[in-house]
Amino acid sequence: MIERIEELRAEAAEAIASAGASAELEELRVRYLGRKAELPQMLRGVAELEPARRGEVGKAANQARQALAEMIEDRVAQLEGNELESRLESDLLDVTLPGAPPQSIGRLHVITATMRELEDIFLGLGFTVMEGPEVESVHYNFDALNHSPTHPARARTDTFYVSDDLVLRTHTSPMQVRAMQAHPPPLYVVIPGRVYRPDSDATHTPQFHQVEGLAVDEDITLADLKGTLLAFARAVFGDRRDVRLRPHFFPFTEPSVEVDVSCFHCEGKGFMGDGSRCHLCKGEGWLEVLGAGEVDPNVYWNVPTTEANAPGYDPEQVQGFAWGMGVERIAMLKHGIPDLRLYYENDLRFLEQFG
Amino acid sequence: MRVPLDWLREYCDPDLDVNGIEERLTMTGTKVEAIHHHGVGSTEGFVVGRVLAAEQHPDADRLKVCTVDLGEGEPAQIVCGAPNVAAGQTVAVALPGAVMPDGSAIKAAKLRGVPSNGMILAADELAIDSDHSGIMVLDEFLGPAEREPGTPLGDVLPIAMEVLELEVTPNRPDCLGVYGVARELHAATDGTSASAPLSAPPWSEDLGSPGQLAGVEEVVVECPDLCPRFTARVFEDVTVAPSPPWLKARLMAAGQRPINNVVDITNYAMLLTGQPLHAFDLDHVAGARLTVRRAAEGEQVDTLDGETRTLDSQMVVIADADGPTSIAGVKGGVRSEVQPSTRRVLLEVATWNGPNIHRTSWSLSLRSEASARFEKGLAPEQCMYAQAVATRLLIELAGAKVAPGTIDVGWDEMPPLVIRLREARVEAILGLAVSRARQAEILQALDFQTQEVLDGLQVTVGALRREDVTREVDLIEEVARIHGLEKLPATLPARRGAVGLLTHAQRVRRAAEDALVGRGLHEVIGWSFTDPGLLDRLRLGEDHPMRQVVRLENPLSEAQSVMRPTLIGSLLDAARHNVSRNGPDVAIFESGAVYRASRDDKPTEEHHALGALLTGALGGWASKSWRGLEGPPTREADFFAAKALLGALLDKFHVDWTVQPASSWPFLHPGRAASVLAGGETLGFVGEIHPLVAGQWDLQRTAAFTIDLGKLAVASPPVMTFRPFASVPSLRRDLAVTLPDQIAAAQVLTRVREAGGEMLDDVSVFDVYTGPQVGEGMRSLALALSFRAPDRTLTDEDVAPAHERIVAALGELGGELRG
Repeated sequence: MIERIEELRAEAAEAIASAGASAELEELRVRYLGRKAELPQMLRGVAELEPARRGEVGKAANQARQALAEMIEDRVAQLEGNELESRLESDLLDVTLPGAPPQSIGRLHVITATMRELEDIFLGLGFTVMEGPEVESVHYNFDALNHSPTHPARARTDTFYVSDDLVLRTHTSPMQVRAMQAHPPPLYVVIPGRVYRPDSDATHTPQFHQVEGLAVDEDITLADLKGTLLAFARAVFGDRRDVRLRPHFFPFTEPSVEVDVSCFHCEGKGFMGDGSRCHLCKGEGWLEVLGAGEVDPNVYWNVPTTEANAPGYDPEQVQGFAWGMGVERIAMLKHGIPDLRLYYENDLRFLEQFG
Repeated sequence: MRVPLDWLREYCDPDLDVNGIEERLTMTGTKVEAIHHHGVGSTEGFVVGRVLAAEQHPDADRLKVCTVDLGEGEPAQIVCGAPNVAAGQTVAVALPGAVMPDGSAIKAAKLRGVPSNGMILAADELAIDSDHSGIMVLDEFLGPAEREPGTPLGDVLPIAMEVLELEVTPNRPDCLGVYGVARELHAATDGTSASAPLSAPPWSEDLGSPGQLAGVEEVVVECPDLCPRFTARVFEDVTVAPSPPWLKARLMAAGQRPINNVVDITNYAMLLTGQPLHAFDLDHVAGARLTVRRAAEGEQVDTLDGETRTLDSQMVVIADADGPTSIAGVKGGVRSEVQPSTRRVLLEVATWNGPNIHRTSWSLSLRSEASARFEKGLAPEQCMYAQAVATRLLIELAGAKVAPGTIDVGWDEMPPLVIRLREARVEAILGLAVSRARQAEILQALDFQTQEVLDGLQVTVGALRREDVTREVDLIEEVARIHGLEKLPATLPARRGAVGLLTHAQRVRRAAEDALVGRGLHEVIGWSFTDPGLLDRLRLGEDHPMRQVVRLENPLSEAQSVMRPTLIGSLLDAARHNVSRNGPDVAIFESGAVYRASRDDKPTEEHHALGALLTGALGGWASKSWRGLEGPPTREADFFAAKALLGALLDKFHVDWTVQPASSWPFLHPGRAASVLAGGETLGFVGEIHPLVAGQWDLQRTAAFTIDLGKLAVASPPVMTFRPFASVPSLRRDLAVTLPDQIAAAQVLTRVREAGGEMLDDVSVFDVYTGPQVGEGMRSLALALSFRAPDRTLTDEDVAPAHERIVAALGELGGELRG
């Protein structure tokens, strides 16, 4: 009987191995392991054998049945895998066709994207973001910022007037005093916003955007301004940038500086590899990007001390820096935008290139 | 300010080339904007010549054939058209190959058949003067050795000069004079290997004298507040003539046109000292007395530029017995102008009130070199600097005799300003230590006097810096800029308590913009200014609140004369631009301020608005799928498209919002306009643009919304609190009801919610049908009802009572169940 079991096992094993489809295996399962098949019959008949052989035969038959069941299962899995594979093979797509339906892509305007980039840099440096009115009083736009009564910026050729004491702000700087009125030191803020000057030509638009910065604490130095702007320059224009401070004059900072960033087009050399003059920095190696300085003591004097900002801003107790940078200029430099007018024309072919 | 380099080097000549000087000036605060080359590019080919003979050209009346001795070799034959050329003259000659200031090269040529080997030059051809009436005759200007034929012209005349164009900041009127720039250059190079001393000031020796002045009866200053100092000198035996070439060349290089020696000397003295001067023909000063006074309202003066100026009572004039003879500090008058016949000159040098001069020059639209200096505020001491320089030159160049004495009205010596500079304070402000000795060295180089005291320096400020340097921090700036800002380390502030955060409103704005970008819209940025005609094009009624615009007093143009009251105008502008250039499908938004004028004592209002505009096919070009009909149908941008976009935006911020039909926006389609409400506030509107309005922008059906982002931020909860949700499934029941079509869907849903009670979890409209099957004036709404209990799975029996109540409520609205 043992021999018969082995024979059946070998026969079935061969048939299973050569089965080519899962339906065929189902037939084999019925033939060798079904209720009426020989092997199960043998197992059922074990009880009728003499006791000494029951163990041996029963074990062999059981092992054979289990082994065959496993073999069928394995073979089924194998064949199903093969069948899926060939089905998938015939089920191919041209993956180079576009997605459908296509999803349209929107964009932020490059000015908004640049403003956010700048805000984020200074958020990371611990500054908060504040905004202020565009229709601004002469007091905040000029007087509180230490502009002399005859400062040329006040002229009607340089400032839009709404009335004798209301203007369209010519810079984001009026928010310096407003911010200090509202908050006690230490104060670290950036003020993005739209500003206006009556100029309209190839290099000026009557509205443009600035990001103002103001940091006031007990010990903020001009060197801190340099470090802060170096971090900004590298974040915007690349890790290898350097900054240069040049003395200048602004009524509301003292000392005042203009800040240049080393040219990223020619790596600050002023000349390209082929010896031609760098068109971006005009051979100077530096790009002027902003004006800045230590806040002038007279500006602090123009900040009244109130409950909101107590103990207030005494220039013997606090000091700090401020800057104002032009967003359009930074975006122009960074993205190679050739003409200011493109910003406000809003042509989709321009808009879809950025943001 | 244009400074000829040679002139600058006369007072300070560091061992640097022009680029080195540019670098030092720029890095210490006097920015060199440009380096110009004035005159000829190369002095090669320009020589002194002597005209040996000047014969009439055989075939041209106006030409002469000259034989010119050029030193070595044979004399050259040169054809010359100047009327004044004559034998015996010493002249300037350009030889073949010489390159003129305009870049053209001189060539040997034939003029009307006669060979000509060079050109005899007029002053304008060398950019020494604007004069082209004849050739330059050099005899009277050159010494005997200089007149030698063949002498290189560049050795005897300033025919090639480098000129620095400087950006002088408004706090430094002292640098509007060459000597002031020389002082800066001295300080900027002091202590370096290129260091050069600063020559004594050109006014250190005065050939005039103080005291009573004969020849002028009287000078009365009636408005000392506007004229802190008035000085005058008288010069006799003046010979008015052209200035010598060196002076003309310097004026030309500095951007001033030579006139005659007297006027040129006043300009030269101004360019050197920064102090403007004015020369009167004393014989034309009526009554030989001058009064400085405020002008009478409407008083007129004929100024040197040929205009008649009408003055007001805040302007100051210098008047003689016959009335105003010049506008003080701004422009001289014609009546007492120096002319060729002038023999006696009154030289006036005064200090004027800066703000007043500024006002006068702006209100007359009359800017001059003088007013540009006076308005910045000059030191009264500068008057005598300029008198001294001009006196010497009038004597040397115009043969004048200076009358003894000087009129000097209104001036008292001022005590010098002394400022304490704490050594430690320099480091505290700069973040860089500068030794006390170095501080003193820098300040002295800039003409401050210093004295050591316990904690630093006692600094005395000179007259020229009195307006600019008044506080310790101003001295710190002086130290910093000369010591070198490039030496500053790059450090970061301590940032105590500084946490960079956006506010809720700022985050809402960003997220709102991003939400629209995520739905395929492009952001545009329009002009804040607009055309008052926009209000008409938007069909706004006379009393519409958007008519209360902020108006500019000095707009660039009428089309940019008011501040926009809505974003719709710029959205329509951008849509038209893109439809005409890029096709009919446009989806854009703008995020920006809108403005309303003050009223009832309220200040000007402005808020940040967000507006979106859709026109053409939704999704734009992207909706055209290669799957053709298999893809989703392309839908037109209409009211519901805009509302869906708005809904997606508001729902993102968890805002509980509704819309209501509205007629407050006349630029919207009257049947397709709604106000958007949340938390009892109107956030804005959503609607289709009125076809008549859209038509004016050449647009087809266009839908839009705008909302106030500030109100959205308020309506949007900054923090969401968890709401438990049931774990058991809901039971859905659909029903279709026929209702009169004027009953709004929102009304139906509200009634259904009320009737449904707690068990009704949700209800929505999933189909709307109008047509013959429901009859005229009726429509069928298909409603999806969803019932849910928190603790068990509901059965049909459970929801039956609620369902009945809903059917009854619909019946009360005139509804009838279908099917």
